[in-house]
Amino acid sequence: MRQNRKVAAPSLAERLGGIKKTTRTDFLTYLGVTIVFLVMLSLQGQGMLTNSLSGQLVPICCYIVMAVSLNLVVGVSGELSLGHAGFMSVGAFTGVIAAQSLQTAIPAAGLRLLAAILVGVVFAAAAGVIIGVPVLRLRGDYLAIVTLAFGEIIKELINCLIVGWDERGLHILFNIKGTMSVNDLGLSENGIAIIKGAQGATITRISSFPAGYLLIMVTLIVVLNLMRSRSGRAIMAVRDNRIAAEATGISVMKYKLMAFVVSAALAGGAGALYGLNFSTLVSSKFDFNTSILVLVFVVLGGIGNIWGSVISAAVLTVLPELLREFDTYRMLVYAIVLILVMLVTNNEWLRQLPERVRARLAERKGGERP
Amino acid sequence: MSKMVPIPSAGLVPERDLNKTPVLEARNLGIDFGGLTAVDSFNLTIAPTEIAGLIGPNGAGKTTVFNLLTKVYQPTRGTILLDGRDTAGMNTIQVNKAGIARTFQNIRLFDKLTVEDNVKIGLHNHTKYTMWEGILRMPRYWKEERAAHDEAMDLLGIFGMQDLADHQAGSLPYGAQRRLEIVRALATRPKLLLLDEPAAGMNPSETAELMENIRKIRDTFQIAVMLIEHDMSLVMGICEGIAVLNYGKIIAKGTPQEIQSNPEVIEAYLGKRKEAGR
Repeated sequence: MRQNRKVAAPSLAERLGGIKKTTRTDFLTYLGVTIVFLVMLSLQGQGMLTNSLSGQLVPICCYIVMAVSLNLVVGVSGELSLGHAGFMSVGAFTGVIAAQSLQTAIPAAGLRLLAAILVGVVFAAAAGVIIGVPVLRLRGDYLAIVTLAFGEIIKELINCLIVGWDERGLHILFNIKGTMSVNDLGLSENGIAIIKGAQGATITRISSFPAGYLLIMVTLIVVLNLMRSRSGRAIMAVRDNRIAAEATGISVMKYKLMAFVVSAALAGGAGALYGLNFSTLVSSKFDFNTSILVLVFVVLGGIGNIWGSVISAAVLTVLPELLREFDTYRMLVYAIVLILVMLVTNNEWLRQLPERVRARLAERKGGERP
Repeated sequence: MSKMVPIPSAGLVPERDLNKTPVLEARNLGIDFGGLTAVDSFNLTIAPTEIAGLIGPNGAGKTTVFNLLTKVYQPTRGTILLDGRDTAGMNTIQVNKAGIARTFQNIRLFDKLTVEDNVKIGLHNHTKYTMWEGILRMPRYWKEERAAHDEAMDLLGIFGMQDLADHQAGSLPYGAQRRLEIVRALATRPKLLLLDEPAAGMNPSETAELMENIRKIRDTFQIAVMLIEHDMSLVMGICEGIAVLNYGKIIAKGTPQEIQSNPEVIEAYLGKRKEAGR
């Protein structure tokens, strides 16, 4: 066999077989996302997508990024966070403020979107550090409760926010008593109101599907490469056995915080893209339900399984739309689908099916050989 | 093989080369849990390439000693000198970086990771590139990862475990898990390796093989090994010095021969002989 290999050029399958299994999975994940993106883009270009689906493309991208980044905390780092929508919210509103106030400075929509996403990433990462440092000292249920509370606090804080922009710069008011309005900002004639408290933000839409695809790719590269690196191994070591990790010289806090902050930063990017996809945005959009929704994507896609998160986020975002014909029974069917998926993925017989098929094929191949 | 020069025992463990700084010196070490004194007046010295044994009946406080040395518990009293350096104020992580690595009585592997990754985690502090270099796959990432892979494979080779590199650590048989824990501990490049019941659950032939490997590790890496073990064939077979612990106190120290004939040790293990009573 070995002599043969030297002569004949290895087939693609053989070449892929030589690469590490994780590298192959990562490569196929990138490839799959790219293919689906190109197909959807061409379908959209030819007007073959329904309006509702077309309008969902960017939110799907955002939810995929959300699911993958939450998986970094829940699956890779092993901590249950219920406040992921909070970071999305921070990214969304800071991103919107940046995009709206940079309208004259950066006329090109693409560049402005990039700047807004970067702003969202930075602020969400900062929020991640501020929340993470005290919260990650807690474990299990306590961590879940505190992150849940954080999500709600962020929502209420943004509800009080009044922000406007004119040539003198940003004007920010904190409307805690509920008596102030945009008029109190004292904007000049050319000024624009960006966030009007509970009424939410008014936005010039600049998000696009290709930008969503790029954000997914960046997220996947960051998360997957992190997992396969020294830092990622340390994060997983802390998850698998805290005491052994410390005895091996790994700082538990450092790596828990690293996973948490990277995850928050990516959620911030997703938030900025999401916010700039709508003409209005209210903070109640990013409530507890959104956090749970993203958690459902992660759990159904498989905890710690990155491509699983991508698929489940995409399918479960589209599903309610596809189920529209069931009308009032829509959410019932949605729930049944969730339960079925859980049953199927936890069924030993079904989970071992691919392996059995592979074994059967190998057997057959072996039998054909002289 | 060893560089040790046996000298007449002064009642210390080990018989050692007195010209060298001991790799570990515990002075009057003790810990109380509430009102209970778990370990008290623990004095021990280990030479740089010594194989030392810590034995005693169940509940004597042997694992507590390991937890004190690695700062899983902070000692209530006493000093620990590692290579002549006081470890007061250090935590588990710093102690590991300073040179103590350990295995656990109840195996603690990173179950969901591969065997190779478990060893690479041991190499964590010797693999030098930043998070960003890892994410962006900069040249240093490739260089350091290749070096880590090679070193991990070499280390796995000690126990002939290279073939298992891609297996999930949690799915290994019991004996292999114990061996992997030793490899992971070695990967941190310790000066002192603490083994907590390395032969537990192994059959006699596996134990004999383990014994050879512990010796091989000491000779190759020129490090000290201290082990807790109930298997007397292993302890008597490879330890150069032995300390016996009972009720948290050292009741005897010496060479295997001295320990085997020590009446107090026999009493601790087997109980008092009736006619021997006062």
